[in-house]
Amino acid sequence: MTFAQILQEVFSALIGIVFILVGIKALKDEGAQKKATTVAFWFILGFTFICGYWIPKWIVGVCIIALAVLTGIKGVVQSKSDVPTHEQVRAGADKFGYKIFIPALVIAIGSVILTWLGAKVPALNWLTANNSICIGGLLGLLCVLLMTKANVKYAVVDGTRLMDNVGVTGILPQLLSALGALFTAAGVGDVIAKGVSAIIPEGSKLIACIVYCVAMALFTIIMGNGFAAFSVITVGIGIPFLIAQGANPVIVGALGLTAGYCGTLCTPMAANFNIMPAALLEVKNKYAIIKSQVPVALCLLVIHIIIMYFFA
Amino acid sequence: MEIIKLIGVVIVIIGFALKFDTIATVVLAGLATGLVAGMTPMEILETLGTSFISQRTATLFVLTLPCIGICERYGLKEKAVDFIRSIKNATTGRVIFVYQAVRTLSAAFSLRLGGHPQFVRPIVVPMAEGAASSKYGELTEEETDVIRGAAAGAENYGNFFAQNCFMGASGTLLIVSTLVEQGFEVTAAQIAAWSIPIAVISVIIGFVRSIMIDGKLSKMAGGDAK
Repeated sequence: MTFAQILQEVFSALIGIVFILVGIKALKDEGAQKKATTVAFWFILGFTFICGYWIPKWIVGVCIIALAVLTGIKGVVQSKSDVPTHEQVRAGADKFGYKIFIPALVIAIGSVILTWLGAKVPALNWLTANNSICIGGLLGLLCVLLMTKANVKYAVVDGTRLMDNVGVTGILPQLLSALGALFTAAGVGDVIAKGVSAIIPEGSKLIACIVYCVAMALFTIIMGNGFAAFSVITVGIGIPFLIAQGANPVIVGALGLTAGYCGTLCTPMAANFNIMPAALLEVKNKYAIIKSQVPVALCLLVIHIIIMYFFA
Repeated sequence: MEIIKLIGVVIVIIGFALKFDTIATVVLAGLATGLVAGMTPMEILETLGTSFISQRTATLFVLTLPCIGICERYGLKEKAVDFIRSIKNATTGRVIFVYQAVRTLSAAFSLRLGGHPQFVRPIVVPMAEGAASSKYGELTEEETDVIRGAAAGAENYGNFFAQNCFMGASGTLLIVSTLVEQGFEVTAAQIAAWSIPIAVISVIIGFVRSIMIDGKLSKMAGGDAK
């Protein structure tokens, strides 16, 4: 194991500990609903992060199925968190002012600088992009603790509060890339590619860009979720027709997901972005938000295609 | 019967469209795909487990939560509200645009501002409607729909198109882990850098849009401006 890999395991274990702590929070919550299943979900998830590297992988596979069953039966719910009071928040805002943004900037800018150092300085090659994000997160935490002189326990209190807010969908990106791996192993990409090759003339990069971006948007419109569309469409269209033909995977990937978001702007399936806010804002026409967003979405989709064609 | 391999794609589409549990849908789609492709249950479990473990990096954002959580406890969101409230003498379009710009910046630095319930309804909409009614008098329902739709849109543009500029964003990590899993070595720093152009363009479009909203409102109000 290289030092970079050891660090990555340490950080994975730390993430696992956060999951375990969310489970413990549920365990301690007297009035918790569906306590047993919620606790089981977070403990199993924590276990896969802490021990996953060292155990036979089929056991992890079994754990994943267990997680899916627990969320499938709607067994995982939020437990009670220590939410800061309005007075506490206002007092903090008045005391620290705009300086309270500094720790967040430390995470974002810190991880960029650390990654850059890792790429430039051979002795620091263990600063991979992933390790830099984790170290950035910890530097930000250190910064906010020093600045506010908050009790260290709030790292746990507020960390688990936000993690519980994010909830089970937090592991969706990771599961979707595992699904992408299964799709590839099973040859799903090849089947989609065969079907699509009828519309994409050999060697036409422009048409490949159009088909990939439009397919991302359309699939997102149908499913209401750009993440899910990304793993299917990138494996089926993006890789065979663009990346395998020499297009830059960084640009195709980065633009692919946001092309999908153009679809998110147009669909009632993305209810929490387009429909629930309409009710919240008490608009007369419940599609008022989508109506307002469609021209922007179309315009941005065309721009995605243009940038992908010229730069990827 | 090659086409049967698409069963997983069909399950994902139906499951997401009908709002079944997302985690269960994805796992079910994976199992079904493996089975119809003739993999043994053990092979499926191995493949699923192996890629889940190698892609734990897609969940790295968790380590940024304790810091952001404490910042919130000490007034992070309050200060963002203070900033937006400090805009004076703005037109409706300008208020909405400033919000979009703030939202874009905050998304690029992974600040969870909370969106429609915490910002758009209590702050942006009242300010934007206040600006319009001081100019055109009482607003009709059509006019408030235009303003509220645009304000909600500003939140979504800022949130969607800037979040991937942050290396630790879950979307960025999804792109990285998907491509790495398929054998292409890309890093979160590269994906974040190539997410910047669209973030900038979305703000420019938002600016043009804000001018159009002001124009539209003035047209809707007809000649009866005060």
